[in-house]
Amino acid sequence: MADVLEKKEEAKDLLVDKQPKEPLFSKKNRKLLNDPLNDNNPITVQVLGICSALAITVKLYPALVMSISVLFVMAAGNVIVSLMRNFIPNRIRIIVQLVVVASLVALVDQVLKAFVYDVSKELSVFVGLIITNCIIMGRLEAFALGNSVWRSFLDGIGNAFGYAWILLAVAFFRELLGSGTLFGFQIIPDAWYLANGGFYSNNGFMLLPPMALITVGIIIWVQRARNTKLIEE
Amino acid sequence: MQELVNLFVKAIFVDNMIFAYFLGMCSYLAVSKKVSTAVGLGIAVIFVLTITVPVNFLLENYILREGALSWLSPAFAEVDLSFLSFILFIAVIASMVQLVEMTVEKFSPGLYNALGIFLPLIAVNCAILGGSLFMQERNFIGITEATVFGFGSGIGWFLAIVAIAAIREKIQYSNVPAPLKGLGITFIVTGLMGIAFMSFMGIKL
Repeated sequence: MADVLEKKEEAKDLLVDKQPKEPLFSKKNRKLLNDPLNDNNPITVQVLGICSALAITVKLYPALVMSISVLFVMAAGNVIVSLMRNFIPNRIRIIVQLVVVASLVALVDQVLKAFVYDVSKELSVFVGLIITNCIIMGRLEAFALGNSVWRSFLDGIGNAFGYAWILLAVAFFRELLGSGTLFGFQIIPDAWYLANGGFYSNNGFMLLPPMALITVGIIIWVQRARNTKLIEE
Repeated sequence: MQELVNLFVKAIFVDNMIFAYFLGMCSYLAVSKKVSTAVGLGIAVIFVLTITVPVNFLLENYILREGALSWLSPAFAEVDLSFLSFILFIAVIASMVQLVEMTVEKFSPGLYNALGIFLPLIAVNCAILGGSLFMQERNFIGITEATVFGFGSGIGWFLAIVAIAAIREKIQYSNVPAPLKGLGITFIVTGLMGIAFMSFMGIKL
């Protein structure tokens, strides 16, 4: 029933779209924000931007910093490319996009080095790798090149949040099970640990790279079990 | 000589681009459904890494690094352009890919057709930029080292993608739980392969 209603709404939106004015947060625009969170998640469905998602999720704090950096680069990159979309010659568009993204990332890198130097050291090459983070190039190619500025901005924000929540979820489990802390604060009580006569010990395995892959695999499993239309043939 | 061999083996197995650093994951997951395409992409990556890492090495050491410009004039001894490295590296990579594409098209149409769409896509493969950034971080002494590192990393990536493609071809016939089919099981298999590759970490070279 709800689906039918939604379809009707969508159809109405399509009609509305032909008229010159469209509210800033119309149904269609809100879909741009919501879709990447679940149905069209950049990591678990579109398979974009895996590299950084896995490498910097040992702890929550770097993952948060990374998410914010990506949010900034995505939103700004989408807006800039969308502004230039009518002037970019098709043949060299990839180079143009790369240069736009690379300048934004250089900016982010300098800011991180200035204000959160420790995290910037921890993220090492992965800040630079935002440039080739497929999420950004993918959205630029697939969306910003063909849509208006405001819609591209929303798409950028939506996808960055979709990316961020997976990143934070993976980091949450890895930090909690791997070092017993969250954002650096100890969660597991001291008395539980084996050293203090308890029964618990951290699973150091969670800190190693392969477990990031397996954690994402399990998140995909849970997500698709709940959202059956995502299941692949 | 022995150091070069060590570096080569280390780049392939110990510091494997995929299993140790997750670089180039996107294309690794997207293009590993069939072994034949995986081989094509793998070869293209080896090719481009072997070229771009040494080129960026020269760029880093003669233009970007602090004091690197002193060969032009002593007045530039304190200039530090390293904040430009991302833009220059990616520009070199994008143009190199274009150049490689044109050369291959001219001299070996067979290989060109086999690589197809993968060649231009390599410009945005994290493994390529990652190779250059690791080169910058590790301060290699000479261009030979940089070349060997680029070549070794490429081979490591090639091995990983061909292996997963072979496993995925087989796994199609297995009874995987429906929500795990496709992407999910590939992640988990890659994780298990990563655990296997971790056994190389104990090797001191």
